[in-house]
Amino acid sequence: MKGSNLNSHSASHLDSHLDPQRGRIHSIETCGTVDGPGIRFVIFTQGCRLRCQYCHNPDTRDPHGGKAVTVDELIQEIRKYRTYMKYSGGGVTVSGGEPLLQPEFVREIFRQCQAEGIHTALDTSGYPDFERSKPVLDHTDLVLLDIKSFDPKTYHQVTQVSIEPTLHFAKYLSEIHKPVWIRFVLVPGLTDAPDNIAGVAQFASSLSSVERVDILPFHQMAAYKWEMMGYHYLLKDTPTPTAEQVQQAVDIFGQYGLSVS
Amino acid sequence: MVATPLRSSASKQEKIGQQAWMDFAAGRWSEQIDVCDFIQRNYRPYTGDRTFLTDATPRTQQLWAQVSVLMKQEREQGILDTDTAVPTGITAHAAGYVDAGLEEIVGLQTDQPLKRALMPLGGIRVAEKSLEAYGYEIDPALHEIFTKYRKTHNDGVFDAYTPEMRMARHVGIITGLPDAYGRGRIIGDYRRVALYGIERLVADKQAALAATNVATMSEAVIRDREEINEQIRALKELQAMAAKYGLDISQPATNAKEAIQWTYFGYLGAIKEQNGAAMSFGRTSTFLDIYIERDLANGTLSESAAQELIDDLVIKLRMVRFLRAPAYNELFSGDPVWVTESIGGVGEDGRPLVSKSSFRFLQTLYNLGPAPEPNLTVLWSEQMPTAFKQFCAQVSIDTSSIQYENDDLMRPLYGDDYGIACCVSAMRIGKQMQFFGARVNLAKALLYAINGGKDEKAGQQVAPVTEPITADTLDYDEVMAKFDPTLDWLANLYVNTLNVIHFMHDKYCYERLEMALHDPEVFRTMACGIAGLSVVGDALSAIKYSTVKVLRNEAGLAVDYEIEGDYPKFGNNDDRVDSITADVVTRFMNKIRQCPTYRNATPTQSILTITSNVVYGKKTGNTPDGRKAGEPFGPGANPMHGRDTKGAIAACESVAKLPYDDAQDGISFTFSIVPQALGKQLEDQVNNLVGLLDGYFHNTGHHININVLNRDTLLDAMDHPEEYPQLTIRVSGYAVNFIKLTREQQLDVISRTFHERF
Repeated sequence: MKGSNLNSHSASHLDSHLDPQRGRIHSIETCGTVDGPGIRFVIFTQGCRLRCQYCHNPDTRDPHGGKAVTVDELIQEIRKYRTYMKYSGGGVTVSGGEPLLQPEFVREIFRQCQAEGIHTALDTSGYPDFERSKPVLDHTDLVLLDIKSFDPKTYHQVTQVSIEPTLHFAKYLSEIHKPVWIRFVLVPGLTDAPDNIAGVAQFASSLSSVERVDILPFHQMAAYKWEMMGYHYLLKDTPTPTAEQVQQAVDIFGQYGLSVS
Repeated sequence: MVATPLRSSASKQEKIGQQAWMDFAAGRWSEQIDVCDFIQRNYRPYTGDRTFLTDATPRTQQLWAQVSVLMKQEREQGILDTDTAVPTGITAHAAGYVDAGLEEIVGLQTDQPLKRALMPLGGIRVAEKSLEAYGYEIDPALHEIFTKYRKTHNDGVFDAYTPEMRMARHVGIITGLPDAYGRGRIIGDYRRVALYGIERLVADKQAALAATNVATMSEAVIRDREEINEQIRALKELQAMAAKYGLDISQPATNAKEAIQWTYFGYLGAIKEQNGAAMSFGRTSTFLDIYIERDLANGTLSESAAQELIDDLVIKLRMVRFLRAPAYNELFSGDPVWVTESIGGVGEDGRPLVSKSSFRFLQTLYNLGPAPEPNLTVLWSEQMPTAFKQFCAQVSIDTSSIQYENDDLMRPLYGDDYGIACCVSAMRIGKQMQFFGARVNLAKALLYAINGGKDEKAGQQVAPVTEPITADTLDYDEVMAKFDPTLDWLANLYVNTLNVIHFMHDKYCYERLEMALHDPEVFRTMACGIAGLSVVGDALSAIKYSTVKVLRNEAGLAVDYEIEGDYPKFGNNDDRVDSITADVVTRFMNKIRQCPTYRNATPTQSILTITSNVVYGKKTGNTPDGRKAGEPFGPGANPMHGRDTKGAIAACESVAKLPYDDAQDGISFTFSIVPQALGKQLEDQVNNLVGLLDGYFHNTGHHININVLNRDTLLDAMDHPEEYPQLTIRVSGYAVNFIKLTREQQLDVISRTFHERF
């Protein structure tokens, strides 16, 4: 099945590098309420290089999966939901997968959204190629930056990649005063070491334009997807953090002057 | 409209009238019966927030605790008690109390709390069966009276039914018909009792009687004269009923407590007399608020005491019961009575009709805990104050006990003093009533079209013989060419059946008191309905956009379908299928419009299944959308569960596209979401729910039930019902006590789309 996917889709994947009008997405969600303010039209792009142990969309990893769409198709679809965006103060969020693996495509979506007065939010790990990603920010109103950990070893353990590109990206956002929501997934036994949390908090507090910090308690709702994909799921027995554990993390962020929602 | 000038004959009335109406701005309403005018001239819109509200007082808590104990006992036993020898009536019972020392608002349907009244006029057989089901037996004398000397509605209907009508009813293509029980969906303007007192209302009816055209004694005039006399009799009985509680309602109410009590008495008389399928309360909160504001201003009432009165009224409304067979409860999930109270909205002059009492009614869900009844219905307008919208959203998130309907869509049709009867049926209060028509099963009709009029399960010929489809795969044009005349047949048979029912209901089970609280001239609708809409929409879409192969049994009957390829499904905001689905609504409505109706009622249509989507599903074979025989339909206008893949708002939009002009009796949509999927913080959740409601209604959605619940909570409630006595969920157009659902219905609710991606 995978082979046939490669055959039929690899060409269009290559196209997406060249043609900003086309990209690959996993799905859309018309009632997004946790990826930015208000009710949001969320586009889940296909493809991610990170291998987060707690990933809740493991089915978006393969850059050749999903389906090819054009920006025009998406914009037409997005327009249907303007009323809800208007009344709730919402907009469009591009999440993933990793949106910045298709930066030209995402930039074009955002450019057209902004031209119509629609608020844009980019949900990213900040990992992909910096120079290629930068132009997306021209049309991004808000960045939801996922900092998966601060301790470099833990970061690598969680994601299988290095933390450096993310820190670099974050500092740039700070430099250009781009509004940022920091997101941190609290996983018992993996990311919850106080020093690790304090590291994220201290770093976040050094940035100029952090508007909000979200602590996302780990949940098991994606377990079925891992099983479906046939991936080895390391967190099968990991519990959801208790209210106390969440509060401890909130308090650590608080010590750095950051209020957590 | 006939409206008679006030004749001030009695000086006593003048005196009380002056006191009763003191400080009220006079107007048309002071001369004629016109509650709407009274409200418009006297109410005070409230744009503030909830902070003025007060909690339940110890008295309220004590009273509610006593009622809760009785309700628990009732749940365990099935029913607490019932009459077997006294046929019901407005004055049939002595005064009854929960705890006379504690009650601020009094009056029970019988002489004991939660004791059910015996209501034989709808149909003696159903009444007897209901008694038997709970281990009671009817008094033999009563049995003789109602089988030998006094015919009931049900007997009348079956005298006139044709064999074809009986067959359609038997196979379930026309279902839920009010042919053995009270039709309901009539809202008396109970506020009139408080504003005018019985004497004035009787005088008005007498004037209407005198005004009938006796020069031409047509059937219509004869019927009018008899009905008006029955109405006068019922009003006098109502006064006698109140006298049993030591209260004189011949004159208008003079303060808030009396206004609430008089209004409730009006309603109580109606539910003593009628076992209507839905016995709705009307639109009382802002009317009552005028009295509360006056008492607050003159220092005779405190906020806490005002809330006590509303809490007490709501306790009474939670105690409304009818004796119904367990099979009926299975069909409707629990024991609903649809004590629908409509709240909020905006006036035709643009002022919000939200008052402090709109808040007070919703506050009962905190003071007494969540409950399915009264069926609190918020008439949503974009123009309502933000603070009220936010409070509504908060209440939904906390209790899942309210439903919302589009005031901006309905106001142009019904003015600003309409109420909702049952789930979604709007009507001008005191000026309009409907002939309730339950619904037809359109999914079955589609199968009949394919099978040449034969029932897919029973195999027998139900619709007229036509050429069945014999091709191996279904062709869209061929199917439509057969479906269309099948709908002609069905619409005609359906309306004819309703004509029989409502003729007999007027004759044998007339709503004397409810109609006494209407204007002499009433606008009547005939409320037809359809079930299985999303099944039909998806089936037609599958036929059009993919390949649907037909599997036939030995007798050549199409009994199953194989779908090759994908097709657009209703609930994804995809015009390819949404337009097909909307066309089915318009198509069937146009056919209904062709049929002559009893009493020249104006036909309307609803897309509403109550919870009987489970039962209809059971009675319907495999359908070409891939739904298997026996599987439940989507409730109301809902997409089939599991088929909406673009998230909750896309589903809202598909439903919002259905044409209200062709479904003016209402389009029901049930929306269930886990709290986390509404937003991270409570503040976000409230903001997003308000945004969702504003967006949905702006885009002409008509109705939405909002459930904010965790799936785990429901699963736990299935296993430990005793821990969730008040767990309330919204189903199609009303709310139910989750633990009163059958296991099958509980599973249906849980398996249905729960929007929970986050």
